[in-house]
Amino acid sequence: MEKTIYLDSISATPLHPEVRKVMSEYLGKGFGNPISQHRVGDEASGALEAARAEVAALINASPQEIVFTSGGTESINHAIKGVAFAMAEKGKHIVTSNIEHQAVLRSLRSLKKLGYHLTSVPVDEYGLVDPKAIEKAMTGETILVSIQHANNEIGTIEPIAEIGKITRKRGTLFHTDAVASTGVVPVDVEAMGVDLLSLAANQFGGPSGVGALYIRSKTKIVPLLDGGIQENNLRAGTQNMLGIVGMGKAAELAREEMATRTKDLLQLKKVFAERLMSIDEVVLNGHPTRCLPNLISCSVKYVEGESMVLMLDEEGICVSTRSACATGSLRASHVLISIGLDYMTTQGTLIFSFSMNNTLEEIDLAFAALKRSVEFLRKISPLYQKGKGGR
Amino acid sequence: MAGYSETVMEHFKNPRNVGRIQNADGIGEVGNPVCGDMMTITIKIKEDRIGDIKFETFGCGAAIAVSSMVTEMAKGKTLEEALQITNKSVAAELGGLPRNKLHCSNLGADALRKAITNYYDRKEGRVKETRGGKVEPLEKHDEGRCYCPYCQLELPEEAPYCTNCGKPTVK
Repeated sequence: MEKTIYLDSISATPLHPEVRKVMSEYLGKGFGNPISQHRVGDEASGALEAARAEVAALINASPQEIVFTSGGTESINHAIKGVAFAMAEKGKHIVTSNIEHQAVLRSLRSLKKLGYHLTSVPVDEYGLVDPKAIEKAMTGETILVSIQHANNEIGTIEPIAEIGKITRKRGTLFHTDAVASTGVVPVDVEAMGVDLLSLAANQFGGPSGVGALYIRSKTKIVPLLDGGIQENNLRAGTQNMLGIVGMGKAAELAREEMATRTKDLLQLKKVFAERLMSIDEVVLNGHPTRCLPNLISCSVKYVEGESMVLMLDEEGICVSTRSACATGSLRASHVLISIGLDYMTTQGTLIFSFSMNNTLEEIDLAFAALKRSVEFLRKISPLYQKGKGGR
Repeated sequence: MAGYSETVMEHFKNPRNVGRIQNADGIGEVGNPVCGDMMTITIKIKEDRIGDIKFETFGCGAAIAVSSMVTEMAKGKTLEEALQITNKSVAAELGGLPRNKLHCSNLGADALRKAITNYYDRKEGRVKETRGGKVEPLEKHDEGRCYCPYCQLELPEEAPYCTNCGKPTVK
């Protein structure tokens, strides 16, 4: 096996070396429970609050509005179910989009079984939600709007601030799943006009298994986990201190380094996109400009994604696919179908996502390997032979 | 990787009998891109045996390995013997397949059977076109079914929960 080239940061970014350092240090001395009323507890509490302040600063929130969770999925579940349960007497209608993450889709599906009803708005060919469609979908019974900030499969960034203006005007709570975007692009809860925002540390150089939910002060929400009074009485259970310490450092670094990281990421993305377009019948998915700087979704026609992933893995290159085949289901990605791709094209989709660790040299090696795998697989594809008019 | 056996990976990386025989005696085409896999097998018959066999496949690693294996198994066999190749025997020769990829082996056995039936049909003048002839699969199975990602039980497409373990299915 050759050197590993990791181009799957949307699944989890590599740990930032400085994050690893503070986590190792904490592991060496920290064990206290931040709720304890003695010096060991105080030490933990100090570390917890310092991390909370860093996470708050990353999204322009107040520290008391940050609730630490076990990651993006818990944050999303908490935001959606917590509001739905707290607001049930006011109404049972929720507005969302057709291209949300599974955590949103399946939280909503659970609520549907409890008598809530949903309106899911479509997106255009780039995956953009029309704020006017959101407004139109809202009724007097609408208690929550949940729209993702950036899509994790195609990278498209939604017009959250415009939707925020509408929800503000109507006095409806607004949650955004900003897991794929926070720490990668600027996120500002005030400018976006959101009441709830989900984020995860493993999207910006922090560890997996830790995240946060921003809850605007005075938002009506009930906890997902009942128990002690931790996290402002909103998330019971002793905190994942090691993860939180890492997340705090990662947030600090993401805020400080965002401009330079973005510049580097865009350069990698530009070069890779150009290389990709040199292969015939490849389409890039997502919005050309309103898009995450670290992600490229491309569909290679006439070949299937999993076989490309396997071939690339043989050469040490790690990428992911949204071919439903690879996830144990035969269904194609709902995101790609929603933006209008045909089934064959969705099957040949790969997601390349970069981190600041990646280099132009790696990009070139990955592209060369991809090209070889596409040539190989097209040679044995009956669809390619037909598509090329061979017979 | 993806829970595949060494034999599967070996056939995936070095597939045997790739291509399409010109002026084939029988053609078998199964699947469609909607369910994720498509396979075409062409055969040349020599003295009632499969003299040559080639495949083209659009699909995942398992689908490609299955195609390669089924052509290897069929090559040189009499038509009667080749018709005895089943999805189970292909999967077994590959050292097993993940449960949610078993449909790929169905595809391989079906494509082979279709190609042979197509040959018989042509020989006996039942079809004019090369792509005629309805084929009943050797064993009953449904194409395009879903599997529970937890216990891998086969499920109807629309089942929201696994009928065995009760967990929600992937959508």
